[in-house]
Amino acid sequence: MIVGQQKDFDEIKKMISGYSRLLVLGCQTCVAISFAGGMREVEILASMIRMDRKMAGRDVEIKEEAILRQCDFEFLDSVKDLVADCDVVLSLACGIGVQAMAERYPDKVILPGLNTTFMGLTEEMGVWSERCAGCGNCILDKTGGLCPIARCSKGLLNGPCGGSMNGKCEISPDVDCVWQLIIDRLKALNQLEKLEEIFPIKDWSVSGHGGTRKIVREDLTA
Amino acid sequence: MIMKSGSNLEKILSSGQFSVTAECGPPKGTSAKVIQKKGELLKSYCDALNVTDNQTAIVRMSSLSGCVILKQVGVEPVMQMVVRDRNRLAIQSDILGAVALGIRNVLCLSGDHQKFGNHPTAKGVYDIDSMQLLQTLKHMRDEKKFLSGDDISGEVPLFLGAAANPFADPFEFRVTRLAKKIKAGADFIQTQAIFDVPKFIRWMDMVRDRGLDQNVHILAGVIPVKSVGMARYMRNNVSGLSVPKELVNRMADAKDAKEEGVKICLEIIEQIKEIKGIHGVHIMAVAWEDIVPGIVEKAGLMPRPIKH
Repeated sequence: MIVGQQKDFDEIKKMISGYSRLLVLGCQTCVAISFAGGMREVEILASMIRMDRKMAGRDVEIKEEAILRQCDFEFLDSVKDLVADCDVVLSLACGIGVQAMAERYPDKVILPGLNTTFMGLTEEMGVWSERCAGCGNCILDKTGGLCPIARCSKGLLNGPCGGSMNGKCEISPDVDCVWQLIIDRLKALNQLEKLEEIFPIKDWSVSGHGGTRKIVREDLTA
Repeated sequence: MIMKSGSNLEKILSSGQFSVTAECGPPKGTSAKVIQKKGELLKSYCDALNVTDNQTAIVRMSSLSGCVILKQVGVEPVMQMVVRDRNRLAIQSDILGAVALGIRNVLCLSGDHQKFGNHPTAKGVYDIDSMQLLQTLKHMRDEKKFLSGDDISGEVPLFLGAAANPFADPFEFRVTRLAKKIKAGADFIQTQAIFDVPKFIRWMDMVRDRGLDQNVHILAGVIPVKSVGMARYMRNNVSGLSVPKELVNRMADAKDAKEEGVKICLEIIEQIKEIKGIHGVHIMAVAWEDIVPGIVEKAGLMPRPIKH
């Protein structure tokens, strides 16, 4: 899933400072799971804004809503009237949701309330970590199901570098060395010989460096 | 014998002589004098001098420029190149320029993560890794082609180096990694600094078991320690270094810490020289370059072979 993190309240305040009729719009999918942009977070953020405006002696009218998927055009029409009634939409979706809203409502200002942080998973309650970098050419078959592009600090394909110690990365004792994990796992699977081969130079053109990515499936298009 | 680069370092190593290299950190500024002085100082005491490439991710004068300045004072440089700061286009073009300017030795490195340096918010490049950098330069030299397959006009005579760290984890994989670097194109290796000699000996045993010492020249890295603070710092804070507690204690108990540091360094060199498969020593006297001549002399490594 996509993991998001709410922006600092001060930054949000600055962003919305010129507006008095707001729609705070959450997304019920990925960012709700990372407790950043679901209905609950919409309600809390809306209350914080109201309180802040009250203390500043400035009026604000806030509508609160969360839709199933902000990244999907078909769900965006359901908030048509709410959008029409506000000056600005503060979206608590990921960057995809914000852009989908901006595309669907070209005359409306849509602001991001979250930072879209990474594609990852919930390790435990309150802890999320990155797993995939969306490089466009999956190599997990060669690395024991652990991704060095997303999880090695240097994205090395022929790791580990000389900074791997006690299973940790040189950048921090809180960061696992994914190459240690890869080696441990391949050893357990009796596939360590896979790492005798030099991993060839990667084609980054499919990872976004070849221009914005798009998929067209002729068999599915009308 | 057919030379790959014809560099002094290559000649000495291929003739079976024990080699000495040292390190020269470029300045955080524009003065050529800093490098000239280090060059003049070390000229007669080493066969080649490494110029670091934004080491610890702190911006300094470029390695390529430092190498050219060294050449001007008659010192053979080893150009260090990290993949942290440049993509495959910049790498290949820098190599063409380096060869044009007479640089013959290149040490291929990943580079310390940018988080450590003075620009921790920088975007790391890592288009290719250090293994692939070796492959790239070998391909340029042997095939006279760019990665794209286009022809390179002119020769690319290079002697290719790589790093090896026997003290990083996982220990057993470190020999496999060395084997891969040799396969990728490494002609010589400069190891991480050795303080834990028994562990280094164990690693070298494994290296010889695979016959790798026959295919590459291994130069053992040493760092003369200047103070107990430095020893402690390296023991506790530098990832990929193994500094035994006894060494820290020796430094702490010493009346003259600098003298003790040199003594320890000499003892390590003495032990290293006896290890089969070690073809030289690489002295990394970080911010203490003027100690190198004394160490080389006392280690019985003088005179150095005359450069041709």
